[in-house]
Amino acid sequence: MKTKPLVFFLATALALPVLAEARPVVFATELSTYNGDGAYVALYLTDANGLYKQTLWIAGEKAKYYKHLGDWARGSRMRRAEYDGMTGASVHSGQTLRVTIDLDDALIDAGYQVHIDTSVEDMRDHRSEVVAPLTTEGAGKPIAGKGYVKSLTYTF
Amino acid sequence: MLRQSHSLPGLIGALLLAVLAVTGAILSINPVQERLHTTIPASGAMSVADLTGKLAANYQGVEQIQRTPSGAIIVYFTDGNQSGVDRVDPETGTAVAAYEASSIMRWVKNLHRSLLLDTPGRVASATGAALMLLLTVSGAFMLAARSGGWRKILHPVGGTPVQRLHAAVARFAVLGLLLAATTGLYMSAGSLELISEAAEAEVNFPAEAGAGTPQPVETLAALKATDLSDLRELVYPYAGDPTDGYSLLTRQGAGFVDASSGALLSFQAHSTRRKVYEFIYMLHTGEGLWWLGIWLGLSALAVPVLAVSGIRIWWKRRRALPRLTGNSPADAAATVILVGSENNTTWGFAKTLHDALTRAGQRVHTAPMNRLAAHYRKAERLFILTATHGDGGAPTSANQFLAKLEKFEGTPSFQFAVLGFGDRQFPKFCQFAIDVDAALTAKGCTALSPLDMIDRQSPQEFARWGKNVGERIGVELNLEHIPECPKTSRLQLVERVDYGSDADTPTTVLRFKPTRQTDKAGTLRARYWPQRLPRFEAGDLVGILPPGSHTPRFYSLASSSQEGMLEICVRKQPGGLCSGYLHSLQPGAAIDAFIRHNPNFRPNTGKASVILIGAGTGIGPLTGFIKHNTPRQPMYLYWGGRNPQSDFLYQPELNRYLEDQRLTELNTTFSRSGDRAYVQDKIHADAAKLRELILKGAQILICGGREMATGVMTTIDEIVAPLHTSVQALKAEGRYREDVY
Repeated sequence: MKTKPLVFFLATALALPVLAEARPVVFATELSTYNGDGAYVALYLTDANGLYKQTLWIAGEKAKYYKHLGDWARGSRMRRAEYDGMTGASVHSGQTLRVTIDLDDALIDAGYQVHIDTSVEDMRDHRSEVVAPLTTEGAGKPIAGKGYVKSLTYTF
Repeated sequence: MLRQSHSLPGLIGALLLAVLAVTGAILSINPVQERLHTTIPASGAMSVADLTGKLAANYQGVEQIQRTPSGAIIVYFTDGNQSGVDRVDPETGTAVAAYEASSIMRWVKNLHRSLLLDTPGRVASATGAALMLLLTVSGAFMLAARSGGWRKILHPVGGTPVQRLHAAVARFAVLGLLLAATTGLYMSAGSLELISEAAEAEVNFPAEAGAGTPQPVETLAALKATDLSDLRELVYPYAGDPTDGYSLLTRQGAGFVDASSGALLSFQAHSTRRKVYEFIYMLHTGEGLWWLGIWLGLSALAVPVLAVSGIRIWWKRRRALPRLTGNSPADAAATVILVGSENNTTWGFAKTLHDALTRAGQRVHTAPMNRLAAHYRKAERLFILTATHGDGGAPTSANQFLAKLEKFEGTPSFQFAVLGFGDRQFPKFCQFAIDVDAALTAKGCTALSPLDMIDRQSPQEFARWGKNVGERIGVELNLEHIPECPKTSRLQLVERVDYGSDADTPTTVLRFKPTRQTDKAGTLRARYWPQRLPRFEAGDLVGILPPGSHTPRFYSLASSSQEGMLEICVRKQPGGLCSGYLHSLQPGAAIDAFIRHNPNFRPNTGKASVILIGAGTGIGPLTGFIKHNTPRQPMYLYWGGRNPQSDFLYQPELNRYLEDQRLTELNTTFSRSGDRAYVQDKIHADAAKLRELILKGAQILICGGREMATGVMTTIDEIVAPLHTSVQALKAEGRYREDVY
């Protein structure tokens, strides 16, 4: 008789850590309308001091232009392993880049920051034009960018 | 072969190349503009540190400094929440203007590099560059061949006005286009990743983070050591990271500058490959070499002109050759027919012969006489059908024949037959055919049949010749030639002015305007479109077919199509079929006519005087020249008629031209009244004055009957003898031209 609650307890105890590990986060980056070609965008995480932690997404087809995403390039050393499988097409003026990333819970509300670097051919690069703390209360609140990014909004 | 390697790429790529060239020319303005707006400090005068110091005074949040190849300094900064890009003056460190790349230029650049189409467009541009390369090389070879050798390539080129324009423009632009095409092809290959586009040297960030407090940027040793003219890019450290340093990209390579010690770490020089690439890039865009950019831009502007003129030349050439079905290649044919034609009538006869022989099972190769090959592998016999041009000279499609004949291998087993076409009323009837016949005999070839001559395109004489030759070669040849009539325009008589209607040979001036075709046979266009005259000038000829005859009669034109009407002077010949027909026309009547151009019978433009000599109806074109003498070249008219009442045409007009100086002098003689002399007598009387004019470079134009022309020629020969020249010499110089009938 006492085994049933025990089994139930054990099952939830085993399951909970799996559930609690990661959650999907949707990052919506809306670009303002500017006069130019498609923008290369780097979406990445740094710690509270600005030290590079993890790449979330790189928008842009040709790897030879990634060096223009300055702060990200510096932090990640542009190593292939950092961004493999996390690339897509460049984002055009006025478009919104929407990506869903599975993030560890440990990264949220721990002082980590979301950075966005952007670059447009024949126009200036913007390093860290958006710096937003990754917190539960910040979810859903758009943060304005200093360059090509109109706003960044992340939701859980 | 050479011609095809030029015409084929030219026709295929004309539009593509025109777009690439025009956009390229527009882009070449950029480096010049940039250079004009920048002040460049002398080399060695200013270091990067100096500049950063000046900038620090004016800008708080500098993020990046860029120096373009033209020398402009661009600063990227963030002031609080505002990002900006400014072009600065290096001397003061203050902004000259906000830097905004022109969106029009960006669009033009996109169009130039990839036709606004991304990768497939880049392939198209690359193909264009390759075509351009092929065109410049083949064109250069063609020009050398035409001029008679590479050494003579700068000599003036002959030919029609379009050909001269094409050659002149091409000579000017060829080197620039060659350079632009080669460099462009290299760059396309790089961007399409066919050859490795050597990347710039990368800045290697040091493994350990920098220690120590960051120093003011203008104190850093590495920046002090770098001259401003070597700078390409300086990226400032991230504002929030005190361990970050400066990325320095110079002409020599890339390195990392420690913010606290000022030392240059991990410097990597650009690879040689990269330097080569950058050099080629500079040659193509002119960035950093603005004068080269201008030169390439101007050469590029030549491309649309070359494309249009080239297409016109090709089209005219194509139209000039008749369509021959079953034309064997030169090396496979047993019979070769070579044609010397000025106006395509001889080609018509050649086509009849060609078709008849082909029907009889022979393999025939027909070509213009200028295409005489040095050797025909399988040919057993050669037929030459040729007209004569002017005074016994070669027609256009045969003007290189005699020269080429020297290289020809003539053997006794090789048979030939020459057939000349002409008009018996000319003294040099079939003269060129006689010359060709003699030359071939001298080469050692056997005459299949003696030289034969056909008068006035008679189909019966042609059939007779065909039968004769057919018997000799064992083939039954029934040559039924139907002369092809050129396309005619319908003209309506609007006015006629008669002179000497009671004389035995009255003259009349007829004026025609274009009119609509009323019958249903006319095309839709001819019926409803406003009709226009075909293009012609005074000095050209109009061919009129009288009813009941296949042979057109030609009359010299006294007006030009710009005037909107066609004017001729006709004397009624006793028993003349066409002149009688024309004299019977009443205003409102319609005729069918076509234009035969005579571009050689025109006065040369320039300062030299023009001596116009004519008799009877020859006054028509001469008056036309005077009417169009807007530049007021000195013109002296000598004209002989019979009787002032019966044929002094254009008397009031000529007096008007005397008043407004289009005509300098008017000398008339009449053979049946007054002084009772001919025009050559008047010329003889004025010998001294004319000799003076000819010495100063005057040219002579003669229009009229054959007898007058011969008389005038003798007189002029006498006049110029003391000048150690002759009419023949003047003709060779193009200063003695005749329109004789």
